[in-house]
Amino acid sequence: MISARSRGLMAAKMSMKGTAARMGVMKRVSLVFKAKANKALDKMEDPRETLDYSYQRQLELLTKVRRGVADVATSRKRVELQMNQLQQQSNKLEDQARKALGMGREDLARGALERKASAQGQLNDLQVQYAQLQGEEEKLTVASQRLQAKVDAFRTRKETIKATYTAAEAQTRINEAFTGISEEMGDVGMAIQRAEDKTAQMQARAGAIDELMASGALDDAVGGQRDDIQSELDMMSASSDVENELSRLKGEITAAAPKQLEGGANGNSQGAQAPQAGAQAPQGPAQPASIPAADRPAEPQDGEG
Amino acid sequence: MIVRISGEGQFSIDDAATAELNRLDSELEAAVNRNDEAAFTAALHGLLDQVRARGSALAADTLEPSDLILPPEDASMDEVREMLTEEGLIPG
Repeated sequence: MISARSRGLMAAKMSMKGTAARMGVMKRVSLVFKAKANKALDKMEDPRETLDYSYQRQLELLTKVRRGVADVATSRKRVELQMNQLQQQSNKLEDQARKALGMGREDLARGALERKASAQGQLNDLQVQYAQLQGEEEKLTVASQRLQAKVDAFRTRKETIKATYTAAEAQTRINEAFTGISEEMGDVGMAIQRAEDKTAQMQARAGAIDELMASGALDDAVGGQRDDIQSELDMMSASSDVENELSRLKGEITAAAPKQLEGGANGNSQGAQAPQAGAQAPQGPAQPASIPAADRPAEPQDGEG
Repeated sequence: MIVRISGEGQFSIDDAATAELNRLDSELEAAVNRNDEAAFTAALHGLLDQVRARGSALAADTLEPSDLILPPEDASMDEVREMLTEEGLIPG
């Protein structure tokens, strides 16, 4: 390896090609890493110049890997948010199914449960993605800590070399430190790249789920008009409220009627009483005129809503 | 001998383990050449497990270059092929 390094990039590439068949994957990967390091080393006139240049690049990479950690964390949080939304949706749909069954509407309950299954499927998919992003985040965090430790060690080594050695003497020591740190930098750079690729894939999928939720395919009561299950349930419970109200009103009327009849029987108004009670339905069209105070303010509101 | 598992860190391994590592590495390469993803994954995991079991992790602040470098645990065969090219996965 040392000979390959001193012969530079071309030598490393040639030896890589020439002996690939009996070298195996491990050796070839490490040769590629070393070829990259050599390429950078060969550019430098004064070896000590390499130290400062490399140190700057190390600091840049540290910033980049920390940004990478933050980016993956952002994606993870977005997936988490979607998971919460889907869970709420799923709970709501189950609730709707329960209500529908309670009202004897098995068809509605089935519809709600079908949507719940779809939401649950998305949720399972997101859980896998969440775990992957968490894994990437941990890996990058550890990688940034390791790089930080190496950058600190490199800085110390760099100052020692600059203070103690002549350019000629420094060469070997610089090569050692430089090769070690470039390997780490190559590795961290690759880890960032892989994390970015994975995050991009997941963002695309997260976007697709956002669209799916916006389309109303998994919708619940919040979706308003789109949610036919909820509106039918609302209608049913509203109409049952109306029925309850009706029977309450009927109850009041039948409770009051005997007294009025009694009073009528005692007085002279018998003739007027009977038509009034019997004519309630026929008199319907005239009602708006007779009950204006209570009903009129409410009607325009219904119309607007 | 120092071996790096990409994305994981460096390990110091006794030279006595070299034969076994080379055997597993040959399996890995054969799998890549056969284009056999399942065999590739099995060989890669076998190789990494061996390094972890027989090696001791180097301190994070070491600047020692590695003698051998292994692909990350979750690498696909295509990624490893790319790692083996100059323009491949390794930046710089």
